[in-house]
Amino acid sequence: MNRRRFLQATATAPALLTGSCTRQQTIPGSIVGAAASVGHHLRDLKHLPTPSRTVKTDVVIAGGGIAGLAAAHQLQKQGVENFVVLDLESQAGGNSISGSNKVSAYPWGAHYVPLPGRDCHEVIAFFEEIGLIQGHDAAGRPIYDELALCHDPHERLFIHGQWEAGLQPLTGLTPREKQEFDAFDAAIRDFQDKRAFTLPLERSSRDPAFLELDRLTMAAWMKQQGWTCTPLHWYVDYCCRDDFGGGLDQVSAWAGIHYFASRSGDAANATRGTVLTWPEGNGYLVKQLVKPLRERLHTSCIVLHLQTERDIVFTDVLEVTTEEVIRYESRAALCALPRFIAQRIIPGLKPIPLSYAPWVVTNLTLDELPPSAGVLPAWDNVIYQGPSLGYINATHQDLAAVPQATVVTHYEVLCDQPPLQTRQWMQNQTHADWCTRALKGLQAAHPDLEEHVTQADVWLWGHGMIRPDPGFIWGADRQQMLQQTPPIFYAHSDMSGMSLFEEAYTRGVLVADAIRTWLA
Amino acid sequence: MNARPWLLLLSVFAIATCGLVYELIAGTLASYLLGDSITQFSTIIGVYLFAMGVGSYLSRFVTGNLISTFIRVEFLIALLGGCSASILFLIFGWTVSFRIPLYSIVFLIGCFVGLEIPLLLRILEGRFVFKDLVSNVFSFDYIGALLASLLFPLVLVPHLGLVRSAFLFGLINTAVGILALIMLRSEIPRLRSLWITGLSVAAILIAGFVNGSEITRWGEYAAFPDPVIYAESTPYQRLVLTKRKDELRLYLNSNLQFSSKDEYRYHESLVHPGLSRLPVARRVLILGGGDGLAAREVLRYPRVESITLVDLDPAMTELFSSNAMLREQNGDALKSPRVKVENADAFAWLAEKHEPFDFVIIDFPDPSNFSLGKLYSTTFYQRLLKIMAPNAALVVQSTSPFVARQSFWCVDATLRACGLQTEPYHALVPSFGEWGFILASRQPLSGPAILPEGLKFVNEEVLAQLPRFPPDMARIETEINRLNNQALVHYFEEDWAR
Repeated sequence: MNRRRFLQATATAPALLTGSCTRQQTIPGSIVGAAASVGHHLRDLKHLPTPSRTVKTDVVIAGGGIAGLAAAHQLQKQGVENFVVLDLESQAGGNSISGSNKVSAYPWGAHYVPLPGRDCHEVIAFFEEIGLIQGHDAAGRPIYDELALCHDPHERLFIHGQWEAGLQPLTGLTPREKQEFDAFDAAIRDFQDKRAFTLPLERSSRDPAFLELDRLTMAAWMKQQGWTCTPLHWYVDYCCRDDFGGGLDQVSAWAGIHYFASRSGDAANATRGTVLTWPEGNGYLVKQLVKPLRERLHTSCIVLHLQTERDIVFTDVLEVTTEEVIRYESRAALCALPRFIAQRIIPGLKPIPLSYAPWVVTNLTLDELPPSAGVLPAWDNVIYQGPSLGYINATHQDLAAVPQATVVTHYEVLCDQPPLQTRQWMQNQTHADWCTRALKGLQAAHPDLEEHVTQADVWLWGHGMIRPDPGFIWGADRQQMLQQTPPIFYAHSDMSGMSLFEEAYTRGVLVADAIRTWLA
Repeated sequence: MNARPWLLLLSVFAIATCGLVYELIAGTLASYLLGDSITQFSTIIGVYLFAMGVGSYLSRFVTGNLISTFIRVEFLIALLGGCSASILFLIFGWTVSFRIPLYSIVFLIGCFVGLEIPLLLRILEGRFVFKDLVSNVFSFDYIGALLASLLFPLVLVPHLGLVRSAFLFGLINTAVGILALIMLRSEIPRLRSLWITGLSVAAILIAGFVNGSEITRWGEYAAFPDPVIYAESTPYQRLVLTKRKDELRLYLNSNLQFSSKDEYRYHESLVHPGLSRLPVARRVLILGGGDGLAAREVLRYPRVESITLVDLDPAMTELFSSNAMLREQNGDALKSPRVKVENADAFAWLAEKHEPFDFVIIDFPDPSNFSLGKLYSTTFYQRLLKIMAPNAALVVQSTSPFVARQSFWCVDATLRACGLQTEPYHALVPSFGEWGFILASRQPLSGPAILPEGLKFVNEEVLAQLPRFPPDMARIETEINRLNNQALVHYFEEDWAR
């Protein structure tokens, strides 16, 4: 009796003391966002339902992304009060949507704006209006709100087993590789000096020598220059995927160069490469744009059909919550929708072949960001030659002394397969699949991350952003998209071939002026 | 049957080793905490041997089942000895006289150990020839002592630390008791209650061993020049107190915060050059300074009506409000009716509404990481200015202008970029070296300095000297520290890497 009891006792004691065994349970969270199910509902609609009532207004803005919101904001400032803004999702913002939980606010898409350059007048005016630019110094450079400037350290790269500061690989570069990086930087500076590549892009130089670069892929151009080393290729590929949703062998060289050469913004109280960011990413700017709109903004509305008849625009809208179909009659309409959707709802709009890059964004709520070798966490954390684009630390801009729990936003563009195939594949992935994918993407730097995840939410961007394939930006198709057909107007970053805040905002503001002129 | 006596002799070996280890632990602890190792070790050894004598005397009164008593006493030694180091560490900060619990524990353990050997002799009587019995028992006893005395300094203290060593040897004592329980079960009545006792003691000791790393962490002894007497990991930082003789030192995350020998130089230099020139200052704000030492200096001014102290870490302010030694050091400042302690993040606290302050003392740890660097940024000072009265002044602890020259002048440049006039000055604090402070205000401070009585470092002549910088610490051009460039942290890393 004694021996058995003794052995039993000693056997159970260690188990009690070692604490919980390895976690096998699933991570809480879900796939959020309405777009896929709702949007496909529209696609599969056999016939248009009859509207139950009609609403008259001056302007209908279809699409509550940055372009639509910018136009609305501008119209309101110019005194046009009678308009509506319609958006598919439960909140406006398009690619700049954000979310929040107990720990932090976090972005679902666009998460920063580089310091606006000289040509970006409309954006600068907006920033002055919302107090982001607080003044100018003697040299005329803007003084930015310190809280919005990305706090140091900005970026870090996990390379060769540890984190190093900055995004350009440094550890272990051979002299030849270093030479190629220097040559690349010099070439970009040269383009910058020539002011050939501007934001917004319509103000760029039309010199054929530059426009020709649009016909090559970025990879081909770099090969022409004799830059073949792996670290440089990885770096440029990373940047192309980040802004354009495609690798350097998929996007045009003009776009690739534009990424670097257009960042010429200056500040009185920050260095050139600094960016503006907030915990909720560009969602902060969305909030500023949405606030004055009040009841003019209608969310969870699908625009089914938009057509003109004798200078009146009829817009049929399905309100998802009430399942009611409303017809708006307006004197003008702004289609601030992605082109592939516009092509379905506006009869007579010539279909243009476009590629849209699918993205998946996973927000992982952590009880703490586990320490790993090398420099401390930065705002942007990237793994060298990793499968994804790394993660953004949402609490980085937090002023509190000791950040513990945080939300990290993991970005991945799915550009290995053709987009159509990828989208179909995405539909079949479960929440658990996406979690595993995100964790795997970060495994190299954070092998034990799973233990710290308290929640994981996923947003699928089937048609995340327009991709500037070679020949698109300076080709005939995009020129076609720029045509305005009053009373229907168009503004969207698709028309620039790049999904950037500055492009969308500028188009929105300019088209708002055009609409006002039309109304008068 | 034959193995048993030899196993029991082995238990003599174990008992002797354990007994000596507890004695050495007590002696070491006493010399750390009370100083003067010769006296401590002598008295502890004396008391211990005396107690063993008392225990041996008391053994004659043990009747009834000897084995049962032996095992029970074994478990008692295990519990008491095993927990001895933890108990002594915990008691140290809380009692005025540490010696009473110290000698009591030593006495009790000695008593019980003294009881065991005679009991064992009586148990083994009849199983060995007498002459062999006596020879065996005593030789195992003394050999055990050698093992203990070698293990202790070479293995136990450096690798396990005092607390865990005690728990480990407590477990060995428990094992001895359990072994005896198994081997001699036929001769013991009421087996079950002994088993329960034994297993409970084992469980307690195992729990203590696993969790007992608070005070003595692996390698911590090597990390600090003086013996560690208190350590705590709070959610914000690691607090370590060391003591050698009379010198008490506080380390936050291994960075020295003060040494009791010369902290008055630091704190008098921090507070008086500014405050003595503000004759109408009534409301003072201290950011950081959770040790209460700056508050002690401010309290010397009767005209100061209120001191608000904002420190992030409640464990720190709690420690410095309650521990007897530390309250003596800071003059019980944190408990003064004029002092209000708030535990909050300084940046977040500044965003709230507050009555304007006349003098602000910024006594943060050095800007060694990005979280701390934010507290030295233009944004921070701009927020601070919003709750300062028009004629108010602030003083910032700005690291060493000798070792970290760039860092020091960066703080100065940052303050000036916020539109303030600055008066940098420095003082020699032997444990730190040359240390720098910067007094800043919207308008230059006028008025003579009216110093309080009883200062040990600052007087009028010294005040005149403090702002003078020799060429090797003089001003240099630096960047301004902003949230988006964290220039100060980069300078600091550079400076200290040299």
